[in-house]
Amino acid sequence: MITGLWKTIAVARKELRQIRRDRRTLLILLFVPAFFLLIYGYALNFDIRHVRLALQDNDRSAVSRELVSAFVNSGYFDLVGEAPNPQSIDDLLDRGDARAVLVIPVRFGADVAAGRQTLVQFLVDGDNANTATTVVGYAMGLVNAQSQRYELQARIGSPAGPILNVEPRVWYNPELRSTLFLVPGLIAYIAMLTAVVSTALSIVREKEAGTMEQVRMSPIGPVPYVLGKTAPYFVVSLISSMSIVVAAIILFDMPMRGSWLVLVGIVSLFLVGALAFGLLISSIADSQQVAFQVVLLTSFLPTLMLSGFIFPIASMPTFLQVVTRIVPARYFLVALRGIVLKGVGPADFLPDVIALVIYAVVILALASVRVRRQWA
Amino acid sequence: MNAIEVRHLTRRFGNFVAVNDVSFDVRAGEIFGFLGSNGAGKSTTIRMLCGLLQPTSGSATVGGIDVVRDPEGVKRRIGYMSQRFSLYEALTVDQNIAFFGGVYGLSRERLARRRDFVLEIAGLRGRENELTHALAGGWRQRLALGCAILHEPPIVFLDEPTGGVDPLSRRRFWRLIEDLAASGVAVLVTTHYLDEAEHCERIAIIQAGRLAAHGTVDELKAIFASRPILEVRAADAVGAMRTLDEMPEVEKTSIFGTAVHAVLRNAATDVQTIASRLEAKGITILSCGIVAPSLEDVFLDVAERSAA
Repeated sequence: MITGLWKTIAVARKELRQIRRDRRTLLILLFVPAFFLLIYGYALNFDIRHVRLALQDNDRSAVSRELVSAFVNSGYFDLVGEAPNPQSIDDLLDRGDARAVLVIPVRFGADVAAGRQTLVQFLVDGDNANTATTVVGYAMGLVNAQSQRYELQARIGSPAGPILNVEPRVWYNPELRSTLFLVPGLIAYIAMLTAVVSTALSIVREKEAGTMEQVRMSPIGPVPYVLGKTAPYFVVSLISSMSIVVAAIILFDMPMRGSWLVLVGIVSLFLVGALAFGLLISSIADSQQVAFQVVLLTSFLPTLMLSGFIFPIASMPTFLQVVTRIVPARYFLVALRGIVLKGVGPADFLPDVIALVIYAVVILALASVRVRRQWA
Repeated sequence: MNAIEVRHLTRRFGNFVAVNDVSFDVRAGEIFGFLGSNGAGKSTTIRMLCGLLQPTSGSATVGGIDVVRDPEGVKRRIGYMSQRFSLYEALTVDQNIAFFGGVYGLSRERLARRRDFVLEIAGLRGRENELTHALAGGWRQRLALGCAILHEPPIVFLDEPTGGVDPLSRRRFWRLIEDLAASGVAVLVTTHYLDEAEHCERIAIIQAGRLAAHGTVDELKAIFASRPILEVRAADAVGAMRTLDEMPEVEKTSIFGTAVHAVLRNAATDVQTIASRLEAKGITILSCGIVAPSLEDVFLDVAERSAA
């Protein structure tokens, strides 16, 4: 038992020395997380603001100007120019000078004043369906709000507010900043990257170099060897993921409403599953190339696409929703968002904790069976 | 008790019999050569003896320990070095020694003493902090051997230990192996190089999984006792070989470098008669005479017989 411990330490020390010497691994472990944080934090932003709006105002009345200012004042639209005729609308959209065009018909002001139904035309560049949908949503909201006001004015003759109104309150992320939504996903992604990739590659590399065989010929059992090899990656991955949290707090004003202890606990739980998965892959793959491709298919892509990191699970087809149940990052994300954004404790996301425990236990069992069989 | 005792050892992979009913002994202090072409079953045998692979049937003890019942016990008593000189290339000489010392569970004092020994035999004193991957073949080879015997095992397995190393380093390596054997260590070595096998006290030739021949070098060469080997050097070696093949006195021929070796059926055959018959066929003879059999003759003879 004691000798096993010393052997574990010998392996771990060797592994740390190798990590320090190996620039490529070091790069993956340290710079990739930072790089991803900056990319996702600054560049990948799903909020749509400052949509370039062109205007064709055929009415030029006080009412039409009021509608235009409602658009501009919302902050979602920037007025970039006027389209004097239908042909110029095509030009503006074709060249991408404007992403949306608002066309106000003749007699718009008069119709509104008379309480008659009237139509405004809103043209949107649909090359990006997501953006277009969101922009149309903004426009509908603005037009509806204006319309309600006019309706009331026409009915009771005074510019009072609407009788029935909705006052939306968004909790936890009041400004609906997608960064806050993305950072927890990023932590899952990076934990997966460092834990699975580095474990799988480091063991397969020993297979390729023949050092694995050399070690197997020596009196060290599979348990001290595997523990010694994975412990450094566990520590590095934990540090890596926690630095992402700290960096997100500093750079993006991400709140940290929950307990740090619970956070470290959940990240550790997730990492155990991820390291075991790396181990499992290393016992199947015989070359680093194969190992990397298997990791890409079985953990990178699912974590990116099927975890709810970017695409909400609820809007996936039923078949895919079922598939997401075996993606551990899915449960990890619920727990992370709960801790970081809502400040809730494990009791509030208990099913997800249980799912993560089951995942870790199952994968660890599979991996140890495979490794033992290979060790002989 | 012998250091290694192998009895009817057999290993199948599906229908393929990699090692077939192999039995031999290796004594303490002996260099035992294990010869065979690629895929003959050498490595499979070594893997079973090291406790990495379960035999299908048969038994083996290494250092008195049954390889099936206590593979961990076997691993404590053996050193193993492969043709790949498996060291951690990203680590320094010292860090490699420290790692293997840790894996073998050496105490601090013992590791310090053994480290000195390894640096000494590898000739790496003063280069402790160099990266292993920058070392030339000979140094890597001796360091790998040093790391494999850090724990002073009584039995050492060397799997083609001299591949890709220059002749001078090979000679130096063999001197180390001989020193090791002289100190009482049993060494089992596999090799392709038949000249190297001359260093071995006893040899086993394995062919298609079977032990085809087995004994001291002299014992093995005795198969040529009543079948002398005639070495002929001629301007046209291939022509000479064809002509020799047709003679009733000649059992078989093979090319050795620029010369032809002909195994004669009878020790009483007159060399001069054969030479004149060759010349009568228009072959210019440079030299012609009976030579002592080399291990290569033995190997080819054994290989042909077991293939037949």
